[in-house]
Order: sequence, then structure tokens, then C-alpha cells
Amino acid sequence: MKNETNHLRRIFVVTLVLSVAADLLYWFLVGPHVPPGSMTSTAHDNQLDFNILLVIALPVLIGVWVFLGYSIANWSAKRANVPEPQGGASARTNMKAQVLWITITSVVVLFLAGFGTVELMVGNGSGGGEGPNPVWEPAGAAKAETAALTSSATWAPGKVLVVQVIAQQWKFTYRYPQFGGFESPQLMLPDNTTVAFNVTSLDVIHSFWAYQLEVKADANPQENNVAFTTTKQLGNFTVRCSELCGLWHGAMYDYGKVQTQANFATWATTTESANAANTAVLPAFAWTYVPDANGAAGGYYPDGTVTPYSSVEVYGAKQAAS
Amino acid sequence: MTISAERPTKNVATGTPPGSSHRGEPWTQRPGWLSQHLGTAIIAAVLGYVFGHWLGNYITSGYPYIANSGQNSAANALALTFGVVGWLLGIGALNYPLAKLVGREPVHEKPVEGWTRYFRYTLDHKVVGLQYVVGVLLFMFTGGLLAMAIRTELLSPTTHVFGPGTYIEIVSEHGTIMMMMATSIIVGPLGNYFVPLMIGSRRMAFPRIEAFSFWIFIAGYGVIFSALPYGGFPTGWTGYAPLQTQAGPGMISYLLGFAVIGLGMMAAGFNIAATVINCRAPGMTWSRVPIFVWSILATAALLTLATPTLFAAGLFGVLDKTVQTAFYVTEHGGSSYLWENLFWFFGHPEVYIMALPGFGIVAEILPVFTRKPLFAYKVAAAGMIGVALLSFFVWQHHLFQSGINPDMRPLFMLTTELISIPTGFIFLVGMGTLYRAKIRFEVPMLFAMAVFFNFLIGGVTGVFLSDVPVNVTVHGGFFVLSHFHYTIMGGLLFAFMAGLYYWLPKMTGRMMNKKLGQWHFWTMFVFFNLTFFPMFVIGLLGQPRRVFTYARNLTILNDFSSISAFLLGFSFLIFFANLMWSMYIKPVRAPANPWDSLGLEWQTANPIPEYNFERIPVIMTDPYHYSESGAPALADLGVGVSNATDSSSSSRSKK
Repeated sequence: MKNETNHLRRIFVVTLVLSVAADLLYWFLVGPHVPPGSMTSTAHDNQLDFNILLVIALPVLIGVWVFLGYSIANWSAKRANVPEPQGGASARTNMKAQVLWITITSVVVLFLAGFGTVELMVGNGSGGGEGPNPVWEPAGAAKAETAALTSSATWAPGKVLVVQVIAQQWKFTYRYPQFGGFESPQLMLPDNTTVAFNVTSLDVIHSFWAYQLEVKADANPQENNVAFTTTKQLGNFTVRCSELCGLWHGAMYDYGKVQTQANFATWATTTESANAANTAVLPAFAWTYVPDANGAAGGYYPDGTVTPYSSVEVYGAKQAAS
Repeated sequence: MTISAERPTKNVATGTPPGSSHRGEPWTQRPGWLSQHLGTAIIAAVLGYVFGHWLGNYITSGYPYIANSGQNSAANALALTFGVVGWLLGIGALNYPLAKLVGREPVHEKPVEGWTRYFRYTLDHKVVGLQYVVGVLLFMFTGGLLAMAIRTELLSPTTHVFGPGTYIEIVSEHGTIMMMMATSIIVGPLGNYFVPLMIGSRRMAFPRIEAFSFWIFIAGYGVIFSALPYGGFPTGWTGYAPLQTQAGPGMISYLLGFAVIGLGMMAAGFNIAATVINCRAPGMTWSRVPIFVWSILATAALLTLATPTLFAAGLFGVLDKTVQTAFYVTEHGGSSYLWENLFWFFGHPEVYIMALPGFGIVAEILPVFTRKPLFAYKVAAAGMIGVALLSFFVWQHHLFQSGINPDMRPLFMLTTELISIPTGFIFLVGMGTLYRAKIRFEVPMLFAMAVFFNFLIGGVTGVFLSDVPVNVTVHGGFFVLSHFHYTIMGGLLFAFMAGLYYWLPKMTGRMMNKKLGQWHFWTMFVFFNLTFFPMFVIGLLGQPRRVFTYARNLTILNDFSSISAFLLGFSFLIFFANLMWSMYIKPVRAPANPWDSLGLEWQTANPIPEYNFERIPVIMTDPYHYSESGAPALADLGVGVSNATDSSSSSRSKK
């Protein structure tokens, strides 16, 4: 039994030393640079989450690896003087080890689940798509979302900005209901502002992944998938589709920009008036849109003149905004 | 199941006396090319396909939406369905049920001798096991070539080897074929071959269902590749609707392919579960069942219970595409979420269908090479059952960002993280068995150790994915891709290799070359990690899955991964060379029990007689009494059988 304690103690000590070193090195050297950075509140929070998970994971990895390495080094049959292994009941089971292992893994796992849940709630969904009825949302979001469907919705610095992301094969467009519902191929956002992304699709399932913003929400046809974040830094960011959506999925990306609130307001009002003629022929702002009967990737807004090929008459006819 | 103590005078699987003349038998039972075999199956499949296509066109040609579209999915679906039926008729899988159906006394399948039995509908589980070995290797090499093509395309962010359509086809075929392969890679070859031997049975519970599961598995290969002439399918292996509904006729091959493979999975699972439950030898109590058999039983339960969902989901998709139903068409009252939920309700147990047999193999061979009993046997078995049960309650973690009911997410985060507790049992068992052992690093052991290394990374990264906030970063990117390659390839495939190197001497009577085996292992292990570890970083740096363009700053990482992947592909050529060399070119006769295992399967005669055991063994204890002086003998094998192993306790204490 004395030997046994020595082996385990050695493995434990080596694991402990390596884990502490690895955790410290990771936390201070690597952690701050882990993607997606800290451009938004969700990016910052989720980076922290990732780092905490990794700091917990490293000792687990190191522990098992040290054990494997130790076994290979010490108990290889090729080594001289390796004692004959002992079979029998003591080698078959060890209640202490089993209880300890199960307890430790259970505690870690339950902690992680609790921690993840708290972070998800505190982070207002952590930038992930919460479906049409978000349960965790930032202050002012519900009010801004409700107002967005009315033509009188406006935005001012400090208020929640409502942006609609419309995905279709194979591009994203963005509508700004608080600026008359104009549509833009570019995603522009103001700094230090909470944004409510309302993600929908006109055809197949896409996924709106604004990488540096740490927002990811699937775009489903006839479904509004809401995700929140708060911008913290100026700069450019990348938007990619992260759900396979067909032929040009690999080319479905664009770039957006977080600018100062004043610059954003200028851009938005300028674009609103420049696009006024186009906006007038768009369907009224709604959370979802039904594509016309010419097919998912054909004409993408109902015009009421196409002949439905389906026996369902409403399909292809002009849709009321829901 | 007969458990008579005497050697049977009749073949137990078929009820016919051995060695009787073939004269006067129906032509389907004759040996040689006149009978039913692979050739007749192919001919019948082609005829069935042509007939089905004609029928589909005949039935549906009057509908304007078909006339105008230039595509006829109904004709495709019927062609493939009749093709598969033709295949089954041609190979003889339907002889027995059809005869029963029309009220005639069915002709019993005769045991076939010689190499031709591998190309026929054969009821011997050992033949089916070897057929499966070749079958899964066929799947694996095809899928592997497609993987090479993917990595070739990803060498450059902007220069393209393939067009976007071809690339998506390749990605989709790779994913689907590999998933199909992975469902059967251990259960099929090693499960069918060794479960009866390990539990002391003379056969599987339902030999016809077993042979059926193999031949329909091969039919699935044909069905899934029938997509290629139709331009493939663009959905990846997950087949998400509405892209599925929008896709061309190749999509039918995907949907029916999974349905066909699904039939095989259900049949195999049902048969194995029935075998393990009913055909254990006397004395083979649940606490003596080898741990590999436990893993296969848990897998069989998942196969039987999860696959029907996939089967139904696939048929809904076929109906959507052929007769214009709207299961997945949102505009008509269906839901794209329906497919996602049905698919992953199957898809997540599927993940454990791929993990559990690997755990089983590793836990089974560790004691042999450490000369120690399996540590915490009951914990290992409980872990497998726990994983199997929990796997039905985690599927929505695939949908965390999809817009599902948001307050379901903490629940699925919890269940997903809970599953790491029983998974962790396997590590406890492994480490407990290695502790103060005397480890022989033979090739199977190298692969088994690699499973622990790889699966640990795969498992730990799984916890990252299950955390909803972190999932926002990693969902749908290369991180998740790397994660599941670490679990499926790093876990399952390495375990399969361990099992193959370990058991091929028993299956074929020939040893695999050790030197080549070591080369195979080290190249596979090193280049597997060099291929997939960078993908974690690539994913964190923002590369989504299934893209052919990526950010320029990821070129070096992608190139590194690609070149490692080519070398990983090369390691499989070493394996193939070893297989050819050791089996055909320079075969070396295997000793009866080359690894000094105590397992029951090694104590049968060599080569294994068709009825496995001269007498049904009476099991005395479990097969893990290594290094134990005075341990009881494993089994009473009866007289004149076991020259394979000296199962006396004195030899055991020396090991």
C-alpha cells in the first residue's frame, strides 16, 4: 500500500504543478487574446466563459495525460524490474477511488451547468439566437422591438437599436425599422449601443454569424430569431453564414462596421432618404416575409401577380405583414 | 437457442444435415455462379432500378409540376426503392420471408463452403463479420478519398480546385458515407463476429436478419452514391430542410440512403440485443458478460430505439419531394424545425452509437495487455448504460442558436454536461486498469492508448460546445468539426483499428505484421492530431464549416492541416499494405492465442468451426482474472476442444 500512495502522490504532485503553471500561463498570456476579442459585451463575456472553461479543462487534460505518461514510463513490460501486477479483488475495484472520481466529475459538471446558465441569463442570451420570444433581454429591448413594427419608431443614442437581418441565398441584407425601414446591404452599427438583431430567412436555413460581435443566430424561414449584444469598440467586423445553405454558402459573407453614434446617425438618416424610393416598394416592415411562388430563390417579395403553382391559394399571393 | 451439451448433428442455423447433396435442390441453392450471389444481386438491382424509374415516370408524368421541372423525384425514389428490393431479391435475402408469405415451406439456406460464401447471403455470423470488415473498409476508403479532396480544395482560400457545386457534393458525400460507416464499423464486423463467441453461443439469434443487415448496408452504399449522377446533394450529412426540399433529385438518394442504412441498423441492433439477452451460455450471468458485449448491447439498444426516427424523418422528406406533402415546408404549415428535431433526436444517440463500441473494445483489450483485471467492471457497464440512456435527452444542444424555445437551453446544457459523468467512467476504468500494470505495447494496445488521448480532447471540447455562451463562438465552425473528428475518428476509428489488429489473428488465422502495424499506428496517431488539432484554432478564428473560401490569414493553418491530412491518408495506405501483406502476400500463421487473452472467443478451436463450440461452454467466471493465483477457470468447455489456451489458473498467475 505504501508504494501505491507514492505513485498516486507523484502523479498528483506533477499534475498539480503542471496544471497551475499551464493555467497561469493560459490565463495571462493566451486568454486575453482568445477570439472573438472584446468588441461587444457578448464577445467579452463569452471570451471570459471560454477561458474559465479552459482553466478548468486544463487540469483534467493534464491529469489524464500525466497518468498515461507515468504508466507508460513506469509500467512498461520492456522495463527491467517492473513488478508482476497483482490481480484479485483489490485490483478489480476500489471504492474510494470510484467514489472520489464520480464525486469530482459530478461536482465539476454541475458547476459548469450552473455557471453556463447564469452566464446565459446575465448575458441576455449571450449573443445567441433566442427565438421569437426571448426570455432574457436587455433593458429597453422589448419596448424598442414592439415600437419597431409601428411606422413611428425612431432611434436616438442610448436607445436599443433594432436591426433586422434578412438572409437569403446567398447574401444578408439589413433593415433598420427605426429609420423608416430602409434596407441596406451593409451592416452599420453605432458604438456603445445595445442592438437587437432580428434574424429571419427568405428561403433555406442560414446562420447569421457576426464573428467579432459574438452574435450567432440561425435564420429560419418565417421565424424571427432574436439575439442581443452591446457594442463596445469601434471597428470592422465580419459576417459569415455558418449554416450550410447550398451552392454559394462558402461565399456568403460580408463586412460591417461599428462607428461612433453620431456617424452612425448621419449614415442612417442619409441612407434613409437616399433609399426612400426603394423602401417604398418594399413590403412593410415585418418580422418575417413569405417568398413568392416563383421559388425560394426566385423573386423574394410577394408582388401578388405571380400564378401560384400550389393548390394552396394564399401561397404566392400578397402577404400581410405579420 | 439450443444449449444441448452435445455437438449438433444438424446445422443449428439452418436445420439441415451437414454435407448433403445439392442435387434436386432449387437453383437458388446451388453452389457456384448459377446460384444467388453478388452478381445476381447487381443484375436484379439494375433491373429493379430501371423498372422503378419507368414506373415513376409512368405514374407521375401527367403532373405539370413534374413536366415543367425537368426532374422527377418520384421516379428517382421508386427507382432506388425497386433497386434495393431487386438487390435483396437477387442476393436471396427475401427467399425465406416470401416463401412464408405465400404459405410455402421455405427452402433452408445451406451452409456454403469456400471463398464464394463471402459473396452470398450466408447465415454464419463469422462470414457476415468478415463481409462487414470488407464493407466498412470500402465505406472508409471512399469517404477518406473524399476527405482528401476536401483538404485539397482548402489548400487555398481563393484558388479553387472544384466548383462550388462539386465541392458541396464532395463534402456532403464525405459526411454521409462516413456517418453511415461509423454506425456499423464496430457493431457490424466485430460485434457480429465476436458477440456469439464471447457469450458462448453457436450463432446469432436471427441469422437471416443478420445477413440481411449486411447486404442492405451494402445497398446503402449504392444508394448514397447514386446521388452523384444527379449532381449530388447540397445539404451535408445533416440534410437540413428547406434546403433539402429545394435540392435536386440527388437528395432522394440521401433520404433513401439513410432509410436503407437505417433498416440495416435497426435489424442489426435488434438481432444483437436479442442474441445477448437470449443466447448467453449457461453461467454467463450479467456480471460475467465481457465488457465489449455490454458496449455492443448498449449500442444495439440505441440502434433499435433511435434509428426509427431517422427512418421516418427520411420518408417524410421523400414524401415532401415526391408527392408534395409539406412536413418540412414552412409556407404550407410544415416546419423546418421538425426535420432538425427528428434528425438530431436520432443524431445524438447516433453519436454514442459511434462512441460506445470504441469504449468497449478499449476496455476489453486493456486487461489483456496490462495483465490486470478490468478495473471497476460494474462502473464501466453502468457508464455505458448511463451514456445510452442520457443520449436520448441531449439532442437540442445541436439547436442552441437555432431559435428554439430559449428556456429549454439550460436544460439541454445540463443534460449534455451530465453525460460527461458516465463517459468519465471509462477513463476511470482505463486508468484503474493501467495502474501498476505490466504493459505490453503491442499494436492493439498502442491504438487503445491513443483512444484515451484522442477521446479526452474530443470529450473535453464537447463540454465547451455544450456551454451555451461558448457555443455562440464555436457552433457551426471548424471547432465543432474538429471536436467530432476527435471523438469519431480519434475514438471510434482508433478503437476499430485496435480491435482489428487484436482480433484479425482469430478471424483469419494470420498475424498482422507488427512493424508495419507500428508504422501505421504512429503515422496515423501523429498526423491525425496534426490534422485536426489546428482545426480547433481555425474554428476559433472564425472559419465556418463546409466553406470553400476562408479568410486569408487562415491559409497557413489550413495548409498545415491539409498536408497533415494527406499524410494521414498515407497512413491508411500503410494499413492497407499491411492488410494485403499479412493476409495474402506473406501470411504468417497466427498462434492460437497470440495475446494470451483469457477471453472465451480465444478458447474456441482454430479455425473456428461453423458451430463455434463443440459443446456449449458452461461459464464459471468473468474473463478478467489476470495475474491472479488460484483464480477459477473461465469456463467448462467440454472435452477435446480447447487446445487454444491453457486456461488453468497456474498459467494465469505467470502472465
